[in-house]
Amino acid sequence: MNIHEYQARELFQKFGVASQKGKSAFTPQEAEQAAIALGADQIVVKAQIHAGGRGKGTFKNGFKGGVHLCKTPAEVRHLAEQMLGQTLVTHQTGPEGRVVNTLLVAEAVDISRELYFAILFDRASSAPMIIASTEGGMDIEAVAEHSPEKILRITIDPLLGIQPYQTRKIAAALGLRGPLMTQASKLFTALYRTYIESDCTLVEINPLVVTPDGRLLALDAKFNFDDNALYRQPAIVAMRDIAEEDPREVAASEFNLNYIGLDGNIACLVNGAGLAMATMDIIQHSGGSPANFLDVGGGATKEQVSAAFKIILGDKAVKGIMVNIFGGIMDCNVIAHGIVDAARETGLNLPLVVRLEGNNVEAGKKTLAESGLPLLSASSMADAAAKIVAAVKAA
Amino acid sequence: MAILVTPQTRVLVQGITGSFGAKHAQLSLDYGSHIVAGVTPGKGGQFFEHGSHKVPIFDTVEEAAHQTGATVSAVFVPPPFAADAILESADAGLALVVAITEGIPINDMIRVKAKIQGGKTRLIGPNCPGLVTPGEGKDSHGGCRIGIAPGYIHKKGNVGVVSRSGTLTYEAVWQLTSRGYGQSTCVGIGGDPVNGTSHLDVLQMFNEDPETEAIIMIGEIGGSAEEEAAEWAGAHCKKPIAGFIAGTTAPPGRRMGHAGAIVSGGKGTAEGKIAAMKAAGIAVAETPSVMAETLLRLWGKL
Repeated sequence: MNIHEYQARELFQKFGVASQKGKSAFTPQEAEQAAIALGADQIVVKAQIHAGGRGKGTFKNGFKGGVHLCKTPAEVRHLAEQMLGQTLVTHQTGPEGRVVNTLLVAEAVDISRELYFAILFDRASSAPMIIASTEGGMDIEAVAEHSPEKILRITIDPLLGIQPYQTRKIAAALGLRGPLMTQASKLFTALYRTYIESDCTLVEINPLVVTPDGRLLALDAKFNFDDNALYRQPAIVAMRDIAEEDPREVAASEFNLNYIGLDGNIACLVNGAGLAMATMDIIQHSGGSPANFLDVGGGATKEQVSAAFKIILGDKAVKGIMVNIFGGIMDCNVIAHGIVDAARETGLNLPLVVRLEGNNVEAGKKTLAESGLPLLSASSMADAAAKIVAAVKAA
Repeated sequence: MAILVTPQTRVLVQGITGSFGAKHAQLSLDYGSHIVAGVTPGKGGQFFEHGSHKVPIFDTVEEAAHQTGATVSAVFVPPPFAADAILESADAGLALVVAITEGIPINDMIRVKAKIQGGKTRLIGPNCPGLVTPGEGKDSHGGCRIGIAPGYIHKKGNVGVVSRSGTLTYEAVWQLTSRGYGQSTCVGIGGDPVNGTSHLDVLQMFNEDPETEAIIMIGEIGGSAEEEAAEWAGAHCKKPIAGFIAGTTAPPGRRMGHAGAIVSGGKGTAEGKIAAMKAAGIAVAETPSVMAETLLRLWGKL
């Protein structure tokens, strides 16, 4: 799950992470009021969408840039009128862009140094890891590639949590001495608390800035959260913005289905994540192109199969469907009935190839054969993939 | 011999009275496995009854292990309580904990892993189908089934199978069994990014197991466990290995169902894993349909 920048700032406030002053605005009036309340000489107005590249983006109404600097509340209001409710296209949104419903109106701070600081879940060590660099404001992947010596990595013992000496070590490496070292220790500790207590898998501050008047501020933040932990993070779940998500994936999640839309034209419906990926792979290997990843889980019900069909068919690029079920424990005949009902309900008129294997498979195959539906039965995954690719090419 | 568990292994089930745990405890009993105890806090003294079986339920793992001689636990408890259940089994000194539960928070698992590392308890999973050492009977009856795999697809034999995915494991096992080749032990290590036992750990066990003559290793995108296992196998494994990696077509940056199945920052790609496996002399199946065939060819059986 992702959150907006203004929501990240709310988390900073809650955990005591120093940041510039700012407020969210949903209307031009609110934006103007926020600017007045800030009372700053320089104000930055930022479009709130989940995609990056906002500064260089263009609105579909022709207005350039999702991030603007200005000086007066009237200017802020004028900018807000041209941004709110409009669709912003950046290199990360795709040509369809995203509608901007919220702006962040914040104090624009002068910057004397830009640094990088992140806490992430490190898979190799099974522990949180801090990554820090003096090269802030840049793409950290590029820094890692070209100047790896400028990147500091520190693994945190999950049983101890971050230790004060570790925060001082990072501060020293970033050249944060004197009064800044105390501020840095406080900020890093607060960020680690944010990371742990909000069940994050990533908190990235880029840039972390030092201002000419000696303040250390987290200027921009990116958060990722552990989906498995959302059940105990109601405040984070409340920040979810459905409008930023693929509507097909939202629909699938309501039925506990794992769906990811892809660019191809052969849809697949599979039980198990590994088998679902392998099914996409074998479609491509057979000369086709998968339209989605879809895992209906180990104990799929008739209702889930039916919902899955509707989601698949909602994708107009789909020209054929491959069902691949290894029913170890689940009854293949139940799945077969689910397929038949779903095909009838949706008035399916696309090629459908079904490969069933496992528990009660003979009854399942009989159900499919007697359904009168124009579906093809397959004896193996390879056979199913070859059949659906051929059927889609022939259509 | 098999690895990790034998048909004689005595197993307790944490969460035996939940619907998921109960169903699979019944299936394991039907398979002929020795499910000797259940643990559900507050239900100690009751029994889990299935057919002629009457399995005692205990309040704590320690009591269950002490009174029934169980050495292995299967964890079926829901995600909010799963980390605690694993720690309880480790504290009780069990040799092996198999965590079936899907959806345990990462922060819980990294603490559990840090705590039990170096101790005497091995963890398999979480988010895994468990493990099966097939038995001698019809449809491999009489073996040790811990978890949620279908028992009947197995056959007692000499191929070791290790995998991050459930249904893809069943696919490989079924391909082997259909061709008349049985399995020593099949281990599902799970699809989460933090797990207790890696591909490498299992390969080392298969390498030392006299009953295991050949190995199928199934991986998927994300992390570097397959690469590490392949590197070790290239230098040390005496037995033929066939492999398969799922996710060649997966888009980067997206989690493909399993929490651990993600390509991020160009790392954990299928291409990288396949290249590492090939460099180590592992025969990589072109498609999931030919996992058994690929092994049998390498093994000189075709």
